[in-house]
Amino acid sequence: LSEDKFDVIVIGAGPAGIACAYTLAKAGKSVLVIERADSAGAKNVTGGKLYTYALDMVDEGLAAQAALERKVTHEQIMMISGDRSINIEYNDPSFNTEGKRPQSCTILKAVFDEWFAGKAEEMGAMLACGIRVDSLIEKNGKIVGVIAGSDEMYADVVVAADGVNSLIAQKAGLIKEINPAAVGVGVKEIIELPAKTIEQRFNLKANEGAARMMLGCTEGIHGGGFLYTNKESISLGAVFTPQEAGHHNRSVQAIFQDLKMHPSIYPLIEGGKTVEYCAHLVVEEGYRGIHKNLYREGLLVIGEAAGFVVNVGFAVRGIDLAILSGLAAAKAIIAEANLANVGPAYMKELTNVKLLPIMKAYDGFTDAMSIANMYTTYTKVAADIFQNLHKVDGTVPESMKKQLFRVIRDNKLSPWQLFKDGLKGMKAL
Amino acid sequence: VSIEKLDAPDLLGRNKFNIDETEPHIVIVCPAVLYKLDKSGEMTFDYAGCLECGTCRIVCMNKGIVKWEYPRGTFGVSFRHG
Repeated sequence: LSEDKFDVIVIGAGPAGIACAYTLAKAGKSVLVIERADSAGAKNVTGGKLYTYALDMVDEGLAAQAALERKVTHEQIMMISGDRSINIEYNDPSFNTEGKRPQSCTILKAVFDEWFAGKAEEMGAMLACGIRVDSLIEKNGKIVGVIAGSDEMYADVVVAADGVNSLIAQKAGLIKEINPAAVGVGVKEIIELPAKTIEQRFNLKANEGAARMMLGCTEGIHGGGFLYTNKESISLGAVFTPQEAGHHNRSVQAIFQDLKMHPSIYPLIEGGKTVEYCAHLVVEEGYRGIHKNLYREGLLVIGEAAGFVVNVGFAVRGIDLAILSGLAAAKAIIAEANLANVGPAYMKELTNVKLLPIMKAYDGFTDAMSIANMYTTYTKVAADIFQNLHKVDGTVPESMKKQLFRVIRDNKLSPWQLFKDGLKGMKAL
Repeated sequence: VSIEKLDAPDLLGRNKFNIDETEPHIVIVCPAVLYKLDKSGEMTFDYAGCLECGTCRIVCMNKGIVKWEYPRGTFGVSFRHG
């Protein structure tokens, strides 16, 4: 084994790449992770929260050591219409049981990824930060290494874990240009607040957290808002379909700034200090958005680069799926001595670790999310219905049925449109 | 009041950047609002505040953007929280 020849080179120190490197190193493979940022995680962005089971699939007990923020016990869905809002909260104290792995935790991505990369290093993986991989080395139609600046590095297998824009997978000819309709552009502010203040405002115990998804805060553009409570900060953001946002008269940044001032959001962040502003592309098409070709001899594509993200409106899963894909790639590499078999074995492992079945189970939600009325009209209908429920002004109240029909009429919804959207929604579920 | 609407330069002022002055990367839905039309109708892009999300690349590929690469290693935005 020469110094510049590894069993595996992983491009990108995100959750997918690190999970892959961790597993390979643990099995005794020589692994080099190349990261373009100064440190692992410094180019990475999440909403976000992590479903913790995935860490324990990589190594039992890993989740308990992880750099996590708060255990999510308060799951919320908020519908916004103008300055009105409806907030539905599901509070489950069992998500915070002593000695039991919490289902999900809020995280700060730069912090989490740096911790995870450190764990892979402990297993024996090599981490090289501050290096951008420019291209792949191809020999006889096979990928045999990478080029970074004037350096060439060789490996039996190269793993592209370089994120949603995966320029590497594109350079390898595996992925064509990303369809703008298949992604959302997400923006997020990190707003610092004392832990006590966060706990009081969200009705949380010391280590508990809230996660909120919001509809109706994107001026009709496909998308939505999100809010996650960290230990001493709040992650507040919004996601927009770029094509629609591009034809809108206001920038996504301006629409997002309005969300901060919304009467149901402002009191939660009041007195806080914005310490960071991030942006990230989010894969939005779920199962049908997975890229068709995820390998060629000597190269595997994992994580967001492969399209492994699902967004079902009330939850977004990306990091756990990324970790599963890294695990699947590592298992395939470990099991197959013949390099030609690694790619097909990776595809099988994606099913074995349940990644593909999980994504397939959510497939219908992609149709539900395409219901255009959901982003303005239906949040207004919901707010109007609640307005009627709470209206007491001394007049004789209308029957519920009458109220409902009036709301539908006032919002210019045709029975046909309602039927079509209802059917779409039903089919999706 | 500490919570207020922030314009894009102010938002970016909160981040840590390491600017590569000698080799700018790249060449309108930029979250950082870095694309500006000047008086002569010329589009300018201020790469110094780039968040490296790739939105411009996805939306404008073959419609104005000729080449899109990440900044060289260590350069560009450096998220402390992410």
